[in-house]
Amino acid sequence: MIDVINEGWETLPIGGVIPEGGTSAAYKTGDWRGGGKRPLLNHSACVHCLHCWISCPDSAIEIQESKMLGFIYDHCKGCGICANECPPLVKAITMIAEEQFETTL
Amino acid sequence: MNRETQVLKTDAVTVEAEAAEAPPQPQRQLLALTGNEAVAEAIRQIDPHVCAAYPITPTTQIMQEVAQFIADGRMRAELVPCESEHSAMSACVGAGAAGARVMTATSANGLALMWEVLYIASGMRLPIVMAVGNRALSGPLNIHCDHSDSMGARDSGWIQFYAESVQEAYDNILQAVRIGEHPDVLLPVMCCMDGFLTTHTSENAEILDDAEVRDFLGKYRARYSLLDVDNPVTFGATDLPNAYTEHKYQQVEAMKKADAVIRAVCVEFGAKFGREHGMLEAYCMEDADTAIVVLSSTAGSVADMVDTLRAEGRKVGLLRPRVFRPFPAADVRAALQDLTAVTVLDRSHSFGADGGPLFTEVRTALFDAPHRPRVLGRVYGLGGRAITGGEIRALYDEMETDTAPTFRFVGVRE
Ligand code: SF4
Ligand code: SF4
Repeated sequence: MIDVINEGWETLPIGGVIPEGGTSAAYKTGDWRGGGKRPLLNHSACVHCLHCWISCPDSAIEIQESKMLGFIYDHCKGCGICANECPPLVKAITMIAEEQFETTL
Repeated sequence: MNRETQVLKTDAVTVEAEAAEAPPQPQRQLLALTGNEAVAEAIRQIDPHVCAAYPITPTTQIMQEVAQFIADGRMRAELVPCESEHSAMSACVGAGAAGARVMTATSANGLALMWEVLYIASGMRLPIVMAVGNRALSGPLNIHCDHSDSMGARDSGWIQFYAESVQEAYDNILQAVRIGEHPDVLLPVMCCMDGFLTTHTSENAEILDDAEVRDFLGKYRARYSLLDVDNPVTFGATDLPNAYTEHKYQQVEAMKKADAVIRAVCVEFGAKFGREHGMLEAYCMEDADTAIVVLSSTAGSVADMVDTLRAEGRKVGLLRPRVFRPFPAADVRAALQDLTAVTVLDRSHSFGADGGPLFTEVRTALFDAPHRPRVLGRVYGLGGRAITGGEIRALYDEMETDTAPTFRFVGVRE
């Protein structure tokens, strides 16, 4: 992958072209989380309907074999859509203040 | 351009018996064409993958003819008629990002409406070739020739040619494709000619053989293509402060390299087709004391006055830059530094600046010269106003006085 921060002008691809695919996986949009909150999952309440997964604009819901596992905080922008879309009688997702977590991502 | 004799090398007569062994003679034709017709002819011969355009006086005819060529089965290009020039240049950018060879044409307010996308084309390093019929920008509304349109775009990262004649307008388009697509360059190219004075004036122009144009251009293989699914790329992603400067510096270097590539392509074009155009044209400059620097078709009128004044024994000359971006500063310095006075004629003005864009460029080029002439700036010909022989003579006359102001408008009514 191109090292945009360290590559000099002679070797950086021209025109701002990104000459490879799938690079968004390596781009940590989690540090854009500006709302001061991040989602937290109540595992025992979750019914694995995957409404959160289909609604998340950043592919930040981690699933395995159709089971909701949790959040990929490297990419989660903290928009809260998942918490809103989790069915009213379940409400397995709560938006929690960032300072209650130890790491920023 | 009658001061350079052009040798017509057409040899249409072939001997039947020899035809089998001898390589086919190029079928060149000397035709009376307007600038628009000659440029359309060049586009037909280039047959780019995509033309995207919106009509505007005085260059509407170019894409109109291209449409006719396509309808007649003489071109295979995809012509995209757009709803505005902004869309036209955007479609050019899209096609260019897909890896296509792309051409378009515009003028004046059309160019102005493309503005945003001009920078995107150069910033994305797409070698789009665009014919521009220079026309005054409104307002007040005016459709006639001046250079306010393309001069405003001089910092947009496009290479800029200014043609004096129909022949040169044709030649420039062919060369522009080679120059823009060169791997060291990859920049878009604007080929300017004077609106009406060149776009609508019939002159003799030699049109090359279709096959020799094809051979000269070769095939274009884009460095990156959105359609190359085996090598997926992203065009137009956000470029943050950590890389934007490097990308802009790449454009600086590409412009520097364009200088060498333009010279090399001119030499090759000259060797193959007998017309060698340089970065600039010097006329009667060897022993000149004073000179006028001017772009495009006005050079013809100035050269005519140079002949008249030379016949009167006066040591006057003419310098016509053919390329404005990259600006051939070293050549301008070498050509002018030993003169006593130089008048730079601008067909547009930079409001609030010390003078027009060509004037400030020439003055800057001369600043580092060990000796430099007095450099005067004159704005003329706005909105299509003619400059007369008498006015040109007066410009040479005032260079011999000490009282000429550094800057003034030519012929403005008091
Ligand atoms: S907060 Fe927004 S970005 Fe984060 S997991 Fe929920 S829906 Fe996705
Ligand atoms: S929407 Fe709620 S219940 Fe459904 S999978 Fe997501 S967290 Fe679980």
